[in-house]
Amino acid sequence: MKFGVVKESQETEARVALTPASAEQIRKLGHEIVVEAGAGARADISDDLYREAGVEVLDSAEKVFEVSDIIGKVRPPTEAEVERLREGQTLISFFYPAENEALLKTAADKGATLVAMDMVPRISRAQKMDALSSMANIAGYRAVIEAANNFGRFMTGQITAAGKVPPAKILVVGAGVAGLAAIGAATSLGAITYAFDVRPEVAEQVESMGAEFVYLDFEGEQEEGSGGYAAPSSPEFREAQLAKFREIAPDMDIVITTALIPNREAPELWTEDMVKAMKPGSVIVDLAAEKGGNCKLTVKDEKIVTDNGVTIIGYTDFPSRMAKQSSTLYATNIRHFLTDLTPEKDGQVNHDMDDQVIRGATVAHGGEVTWPPPKTESPSPQKPRQEKKKEKTREEKHAEEKAAFARQTRGQIGLLAVGAVVMLLIGSVAPESFMSHFIVFALACFVGFQVIWGVAHSLHTPLMAVTNAISGIIILGALLQVGAGNWLVVILSFVAILIASINIVGGFLVTRRMLSMFVKS
Amino acid sequence: MIELGLQSAAYIVATILFILALGGLKDEESAKRAIWYGIVGMALAVLATVFGPGVQNIALILIAVAIGAAAGWYIAGKVQMTEMPQLVAALHSFVGLAAVFIGLNADLMLGAVQQMQAQGIGLAEADLTGFGEKLWEKDAVEIAILKVEVFLGIFIGAVTFTGSVIAFGKLAGKVDGKATKLPGGHVLNAGALALCILLGILYFNGAGIWTIFLVAIIAGFIGYHLIMGIGGADMPVVVSMLNSYSGWAAAAIGFTLGNDLLIVTGALVGSSGAILSYIMCKAMNRQFVSVILGGFGSGGGAQQEVEGEMVAIDADGVADALKEADSVVIVPGYGMAVAQAQQAVSELTRKLRDEGKTVRFAIHPVAGRLPGHMNVLLAEAKVPYDIVLEMDEINDDFKSTDVVIVIGSNDIVNPAANDDPNSPIAGMPVLHVWEATDVFVCKRGSGTGYSGIENPLFYKDNTRMFYGDAKESVNALIQKL
Repeated sequence: MKFGVVKESQETEARVALTPASAEQIRKLGHEIVVEAGAGARADISDDLYREAGVEVLDSAEKVFEVSDIIGKVRPPTEAEVERLREGQTLISFFYPAENEALLKTAADKGATLVAMDMVPRISRAQKMDALSSMANIAGYRAVIEAANNFGRFMTGQITAAGKVPPAKILVVGAGVAGLAAIGAATSLGAITYAFDVRPEVAEQVESMGAEFVYLDFEGEQEEGSGGYAAPSSPEFREAQLAKFREIAPDMDIVITTALIPNREAPELWTEDMVKAMKPGSVIVDLAAEKGGNCKLTVKDEKIVTDNGVTIIGYTDFPSRMAKQSSTLYATNIRHFLTDLTPEKDGQVNHDMDDQVIRGATVAHGGEVTWPPPKTESPSPQKPRQEKKKEKTREEKHAEEKAAFARQTRGQIGLLAVGAVVMLLIGSVAPESFMSHFIVFALACFVGFQVIWGVAHSLHTPLMAVTNAISGIIILGALLQVGAGNWLVVILSFVAILIASINIVGGFLVTRRMLSMFVKS
Repeated sequence: MIELGLQSAAYIVATILFILALGGLKDEESAKRAIWYGIVGMALAVLATVFGPGVQNIALILIAVAIGAAAGWYIAGKVQMTEMPQLVAALHSFVGLAAVFIGLNADLMLGAVQQMQAQGIGLAEADLTGFGEKLWEKDAVEIAILKVEVFLGIFIGAVTFTGSVIAFGKLAGKVDGKATKLPGGHVLNAGALALCILLGILYFNGAGIWTIFLVAIIAGFIGYHLIMGIGGADMPVVVSMLNSYSGWAAAAIGFTLGNDLLIVTGALVGSSGAILSYIMCKAMNRQFVSVILGGFGSGGGAQQEVEGEMVAIDADGVADALKEADSVVIVPGYGMAVAQAQQAVSELTRKLRDEGKTVRFAIHPVAGRLPGHMNVLLAEAKVPYDIVLEMDEINDDFKSTDVVIVIGSNDIVNPAANDDPNSPIAGMPVLHVWEATDVFVCKRGSGTGYSGIENPLFYKDNTRMFYGDAKESVNALIQKL
C-alpha cells in the first residue's frame, strides 16, 4: 500500500511525520512511500534525502492525498484536510478527539479511518508508539534549555578567581515523562533540582534522576489515576501542597510546571503570590500552557515578564522548536504503528479492531466514530504502594530515643536483678570454696559475652577453630589425674591427654593457616 | 618444680592471653597477632601444670602429648578448607570425650581417696596426685557439690561427644544429611533426660560409679538422636551450639577439679559458641529451640504459588552481560564449597577486576555449613577480604548493581522470605539480589535444593538460570571473557 506524508499546514509547525530512516523501515514492511515536497524542510530534511531513501516526492498535498492509502502527519488535520479524505483511506496523526468531535464526525461520515497517536493506550507493549511520551520527553528537556536561556546566571555552582557563583535551584512540579526529562536535563546542567509530584511512589524515580523529592506534611491518601496520570486531588491535599510551594518559592530560581490531568483544565499550582515571592530574574516555564497553565499569569505561546522581573514562558511548541529531534522520534512512533498494522510485512494493512492497541488508537473506522474505546482492564502498571516517608520531628526522634533507652535500662536492670537473686540462692547453700570458683565462672561468662560480640563476621570460622584449640585446656584436668594409682584412671587420663593435645595443636595450627590466607587487596 | 603461687600466676597470665586471643579476632590483621597470644597462653598453662606440684608419670604425659601433637599437626596441615566444618565438629567431639573421661576419673579417684581415709592412712603416706590432695581435704558438702559437677561434666561431655560425631558424619557426607528421628521423637529424648536425672539422683545418694557410667551412655544417645533430627541446612547452628557445649563441659570439669583456668576458658568458649548460635538463629529468623528440636516450623496456609518460568542461559550470555557490567556482586553458598569452585571464582574475580569492574562478594551469615565458612574459602582462594562484605553492608547496594552471580546458594536469596508470610522461611533476612539489573543463578539443576523450599527468584524476569556444575560453569565463563 502507499503511505504518504504531507507538509504540516500550520505555519509554525516544523515537525514532519517521516524521516529517511523511518522510510527505510516502512519500505521493508512492503509499503511504497510518497512525501509532499518541502515537508521536511523545517526539520532540516531535504527532498533529496527522502529521494535517497527511496521516497517519491510529489509537489502538492492534493497529489499525496490522491495516491496514498495511508496519510501520516503530526498536527490534527484541518477541516480542509479532512474534506480531502476518501472512503477507506487512513489518516494517522495527533487528533485529540475530545476537542475535535465535529471533525471526527465528518471524517467518520466520509468512511475514512482515523488513527489518533494521542490515544495509543499506555501499556508496555505500546510504549514504542507512545508519541505523547516522546514529545513530552522533548518538551521537558527544551523547557530547561529555554529557562536557562532566559536565566541570567550559571546553572552550576562555580568557584572562580572572580568570585563564587551559587548554583541555580530548579523546582520541577509533576514528575511525569516531561517532568523526569526536565529533571534529567536540569541535573546534568549542574543545577540543584527539586521535584514534586502528587504520587509519592514516583519519589524513587525522582531520586534516581538525581533530584530531591519534596515531601508534604500530609497524612491522607492520594490516589493514582489510570494510565500513569495523577488523579485530581482533594482540597486538603491541595492546601498542603500550596503551603509547601509557598514555603520554598522564594528560594527557587527556575520553576518548571508540568502538571496535567487528562481532559481537564490544568490545575493552578503556582499562584500569583508565589510568583511575587520569587526573586527578580527568576524564570517559570509552564508546560501546561496549552490547557490554561499551572500558573494563572501564563500567557499561551508567549513569554512575559512580570512587574517583579519574573519571566514566565508559556510556549506550547517545545517539540516543534526541536523539529529534527522530535521528527525522528515521532516518525519512529508512526513506523512502529505501521508495523503493528502490517503484521505479515507484505504491504497489506490489516486493521485489526480486536487488537487492544489498534482499537484504542482508532477513533473513526468503517463509517463509525469509534471513540471513546470500550473500557478494558486498567493497563496502568500497578506498583506496590510505598509507605509515605515522613521526616520525624526532632522532638519525636528524641522521645523515641528516650523510650528505647528506658526500655533498655529496664531490661538490663531486670536481668541484673534476676542474676543477683540466682547468685544469692546459690550462695545460701553452697560452701565458700564453691562460691569463689563460681564468681570466676560468672565473670568469665561476662567477659566472654563482651569480647565475642566484637568478633568480625568473616572471622567466625577462625573463631570456632581457636575456641576449639583453647577448649583443649581440658588437658589440665587429665594432667592432674594421670599420676593416680588406679590403672583405669591412668589409661583414661592418657587418652584424654592425647585427644586434648590433638585439639590444642590442631586447633591453633589450622587457625593460623586460615588467618594467613586473609589478604587485603 | 613450680610452686603453687607461681602456677597461679601463670594461670592468670594464660587467662588474659586467651581473652586477648579471642578479642583480637575483631579484624583480620589483629587476628594474626592474637593467635600467638593464644598459643603462648596455652604453652604457659600446660608447662605450669606439668611442672607444678602433684603431677606424676611425666613420661606418660610426654608420650601422649607427642602423639596428640603429631596427629594435630598432621590434620591441620592436610585439611581442605572446604572440610573445615567437619574438622571443627571432630575437634568438639574430642573435648566432649575428654570431659567424660576426666569426669569418670574424678569419681574413681574420689572413691579411692575415701577408701584410704576410711583405712586411716595419713595424707603424707597416701602419695596422691594434685587432684587427689584436693579431694582429701573436701568436706561432706563439698563432696556433694563435686558429685553434681561430675554428673554435669559427664552429661554435657557425652552429649557433645556423640552429637559432634554425628555432626561430623553429616558434614562429611558419611551420614545422611536429612533429618531423621527414631519413633517417639522428642518424647524419647525427654525420657532419656528424665532417666539421666534419675540416675544422677541415685549417684548423688551413693549408688556407685555404674550410675554415672550409664548416664554417659544415655547422654550419648541423646546427643546422637538430637543431631540426627536436624537437617543439613541448620548445621551452622548445630556446630556453634556444640562449640558452646564443649566449653560448658570444660567449665564443669573445671569446677570438679577446682581449677579456675579451666573454668574461665570453658566459660569463654561456652559463651562464644552461645553467641554464634544466637547470631546464626537470628540470621535465619528462627528460634533456637525450634532449630534444636529440628524441622522447619510450618505456619498455617499454603505457600504462594510461583508464576512464570525459569529461563536458562549459557556461558556466552553470562559473559556478554559481564562484559557490559560495571559492578558485579557474587553471592556464594554451600554449592560453591561442594563443587570446590572457589579457585575458579577467584580467577573470575581477578579477571573482572583487571578490566576495571567493581567486583564484590555478599556473604549471608548462614551461607555454608559453618559460621564464616564462605569467608575462609574465599580467603583460601586469595580473594582479598576487603571486597568480601556481609549482608548488612551490601544489601542496599544491589539496586545499583548491574550483575549478580549466585553460586550454589538458594534460601539466602529467596524473596519469599520477604513477600510470603506463609513461607517456611518468612521473616528471615535475605540478600536482595533481585533488585540488581541482572541475576544469574549458577545451579546444578532446577530442583528446590536442600530445604525443599520453592524459590521465586528463579522465576523473576531479570533472573537467568546458568545450569551446571559450579566449577565447570565458572571456568567456562573465564574462557569467554
